[in-house]
Amino acid sequence: MEPGIVTGQTLRPEEYFVETEPYYEPVGDEIEVFEAAWRNQLPVLLKGPTGCGKTRFMEHMAWRLKRPLITVSCHDDLTASDLVGRFLVAGGETVWVDGPLARAVRCGGICYLDEIVEARKDTTVVIHPLADDRRVLPMEKRGELLKAPPEFCLAISYNPGYQSVLKDLKQSTRQRFVALEFDYPEPELERRIVEKETGIEPELAERLVKFAHMTRNLKGSGLDEGASTRLLVQAAKLIVSGIPPVAACRAAVAQALTDDPEMLAAIHELSASLF
Amino acid sequence: MAAVPPPAARALEGEPLSAAAIEARLDEHLDLVLSSRRTAAGPARELAAFSRAEQELVLRWVAVLAAAHAELAYQFASLAPRALRLMDEAGVEAWVRQAMDTYDSAGLYPAVAALREVEAFAERARARAAGLALEEVAGVLERYVRGLGGRPLKVEAGEAPWTDTETLHLPPVLGVLGDREGNFRLYKAMAVCLWAQCWFGTWRAPLLARLREAGAEAAALYAALEALRLEARLARALPGARRELDTLAAALAVAPWPEPWPEAARRLAAPEATAADSLELALAWAGRVALPPPRPWEGPPRPEAVAAVLEARLERERRSLRRELAALAEEQRGAVPDPVRLEAAPFTLERIEDPAAPEGFTFRLELDGQPIEPPEEVRGLLTSIVQDLGEIPEEYLVPAGPGEYDAGAQPAGRDPRDVWKGMYHEEGAHLHDEWDYRRGHYRKRWCVLRELDVHPVRDGFVERTLRRHRGLVASLRRTFEALRGEDRLLRRQPEGEEVDIDALVEAYADAATGQEMTDRLFVRKRREERNIAVLFMVDMSGSTKGWINDAEREALVLLCESLETLGDRYAIYGFSGMTRKRCELYRIKRFDEPYSDEVRARISGIRPQDYTRMGVAIRHLTGMLREVEARTKLLVTLSDGKPDDFDGYRGTYGIEDTRMALVEARREGIHPFCITIDREARDYLPHLYGPANYVVVDEVRKLPFKVSDVYRKLTS
Ligand SMILES: Nc1ncnc2c1ncn2[C@@H]1O[C@H](COP(=O)(O)OP(=O)(O)OP(=O)(O)O)[C@@H](O)[C@H]1O
Ligand SMILES: [Mg+2]
Repeated sequence: MEPGIVTGQTLRPEEYFVETEPYYEPVGDEIEVFEAAWRNQLPVLLKGPTGCGKTRFMEHMAWRLKRPLITVSCHDDLTASDLVGRFLVAGGETVWVDGPLARAVRCGGICYLDEIVEARKDTTVVIHPLADDRRVLPMEKRGELLKAPPEFCLAISYNPGYQSVLKDLKQSTRQRFVALEFDYPEPELERRIVEKETGIEPELAERLVKFAHMTRNLKGSGLDEGASTRLLVQAAKLIVSGIPPVAACRAAVAQALTDDPEMLAAIHELSASLF
Repeated sequence: MAAVPPPAARALEGEPLSAAAIEARLDEHLDLVLSSRRTAAGPARELAAFSRAEQELVLRWVAVLAAAHAELAYQFASLAPRALRLMDEAGVEAWVRQAMDTYDSAGLYPAVAALREVEAFAERARARAAGLALEEVAGVLERYVRGLGGRPLKVEAGEAPWTDTETLHLPPVLGVLGDREGNFRLYKAMAVCLWAQCWFGTWRAPLLARLREAGAEAAALYAALEALRLEARLARALPGARRELDTLAAALAVAPWPEPWPEAARRLAAPEATAADSLELALAWAGRVALPPPRPWEGPPRPEAVAAVLEARLERERRSLRRELAALAEEQRGAVPDPVRLEAAPFTLERIEDPAAPEGFTFRLELDGQPIEPPEEVRGLLTSIVQDLGEIPEEYLVPAGPGEYDAGAQPAGRDPRDVWKGMYHEEGAHLHDEWDYRRGHYRKRWCVLRELDVHPVRDGFVERTLRRHRGLVASLRRTFEALRGEDRLLRRQPEGEEVDIDALVEAYADAATGQEMTDRLFVRKRREERNIAVLFMVDMSGSTKGWINDAEREALVLLCESLETLGDRYAIYGFSGMTRKRCELYRIKRFDEPYSDEVRARISGIRPQDYTRMGVAIRHLTGMLREVEARTKLLVTLSDGKPDDFDGYRGTYGIEDTRMALVEARREGIHPFCITIDREARDYLPHLYGPANYVVVDEVRKLPFKVSDVYRKLTS
């Protein structure tokens, strides 16, 4: 199982430790900035398009700082008590069960709230006091305030590319965080990432990165997003397993990006020209 | 065609009608447009020579056309004999239908013109039957070259393949290869070779000047040599595309060029070879070496056309870049650019090696010695300028000073002061401030705005639009219904259809720990109220005349259909005017008005007016939105260009006022968004609306669909 993912109530915080170093290529000074923010007990906001390495970066930082990582993927039904916890009944007795955020606070871990704008608005109520210098988690049901230890770190992610006016991060939220901006890596670096993640030949990795840039040129001219590093890694994996490059690009990249037949045809011609 | 059918068939379909019988039937329909000097006798005489089936076909269509316009029917009857000699019956019907469509969209004269082009139509139909029409693949080709990189290139129909560095002109139909796939390969070969000219430096400004002096023969040799150099570059950058060229050459039995061409090809294939080498060779060869036959995907170059486009672009882009850099400096340093500090050339470019770039390097922009990530539009400008010049001259990097806005040439023949005469009295009008960025403050009560009604027109436009886009309307309804119809489970409700188990357990636990027990124990299904009010502000300036206006009106029809499905509150206003003394907002649909027959007639009645003074329109509509109760308020502008008015409201002045008006709107909690068809919009829209708050629609014909689609994305 992947480290740091909450899939049930059975894992204990010590099990969220990332044991082996997750491969991460720094793009700029993000590692230093994150470390500094963590030492100063400042929460962090990761901005950037999908598939550019935000989750991987968090795993890497958790390993580097030797803190447990608890990731919550936010969705539009996620409420404050899903994060904080609730009373359950067991054998006629009521038992309190911590939510992932409370668990992270207690064990001084890193809590990563992925795609925070998707969550219900009431979650901000519990995030705000944690994200300013109070650093407390209000546990309303228990009538308690949980004080975060210095090692605790709150990180959230946000994709500013969304155009929906209904999904904007409020100023009062975003201004509490140290913001790290992520983008797709420079060609040379991206090539190395694709290579290391998949063991694909350098020549092919380089062409894949070129292909990604071609799709990124189309952003705003019919594509909402160009191919992410994640899609490249996936295409490379297919190629390594013996799928011809053009077919791999079609399955792993073109089809993932669009359903528009003209756009699909154009992207297909691009990869056919490249390989 | 007019051959006598075998006896059996003749019995079945009847004897051909006599000229007199045909004339009598034509008279029935054409009465309105006939006179003593213009009779149906001529067409009837000619039609008498055709089979009964063909005659009936013509008479049937005459009746149909006459219902639309008798003149159209008369023209058809006169041209039908010619058409029947050129095409089979299906072809003739396609020709009439095309004229009908033209009549629907553009009126009588264009429709008659379409009928008269019967030869050209027949020619195209023949080629199309065998081959592939450009319009079928233009969309794919445009995206393809866009993806390849560099300045965006449009695709348009022309005779032979050539480019002016902004448009790829490709033949309207290709039938050289037997099948569609083959012909598509040929189109793609043309597109990639023309793209390569733009990307790998065939049309660099300094070379172009020398080329134009060298004369036509040298230019043709230069183009052929460049083709060789570019083939080698393609082989390195896009091996797949190069392979396709070779396959095409084999399929079309292209003969290899004789010496000295292969020798030149070897020299030009060297990685360090440039267009300058091709030019040297061409100059040396002029008058000595014969031009080989062009390959099927190549056409004669047009240096003069390139020069015209390039000159205009250099000037435009230099100005845009300097303006963008000024804004960037301001944003980065958090201060208004100070002309004295600007002297010190704050921006510099560092060369970075990049084997993938045509020159082998790209640039990194630095401000005061610190590398910065330029916004998309700056990156686009830098790329385009490097494509033209091979570098970025230093003077391009000097940010525009605060005084540098282009007053532009006043349109000749009209005196702006005329509009001050007579018809103005300011009562009943709204006065709005305007931002003067040069002075850094508002000009008080500067603009006089009136709300007017669009004159409703009932000409069947809305019905025609709905008919034409039948499929699209249905799919829009479906998507918007899905958006509205999302039933949400509301938890912890005081009443509802089902028990909320989570809530019950918690309540039980609360009770057990001695706390108060909540009564919110139920789950209820409910449609989430979409509490959105949106105001559409539609450009009605003179520049929208023609198909842009049509596309705007069609877009509004489809949008209204979508919004009606959705139930969001909406209003639509057009804006135009001339000078600050006559700013006009045209009511098309008010917030409190239903989507009635009257509203539909107003949409149909939208006609291009004068200029685009955007700021005042935004301010007025902002005031209107302020009065509306809604959780989310949107102001969506549909435009075709920059803010522009008669009395100096252009360039930086117009842009800065519009920007300020948008800032004011945002302050009121309104989300402004812009949908534009101006291809240069990327130069200024981010500055006005912010990076994620605008959309450029590349093709006008997509506008009707796009507007609804953008709205859906914006609010889901
Ligand atoms: N800097 C990097 N170093 C190593 N791998 C990277 C890097 N950037 C991206 N990757 C690769 O890209 C993949 C996708 O990255 P990741 O899952 O972190 O994206 P994300 O930014 O979290 O996306 P989303 O917003 O969709 O969750 C990773 O699995 C990894 O293979
Ligand atoms: Mg992620």
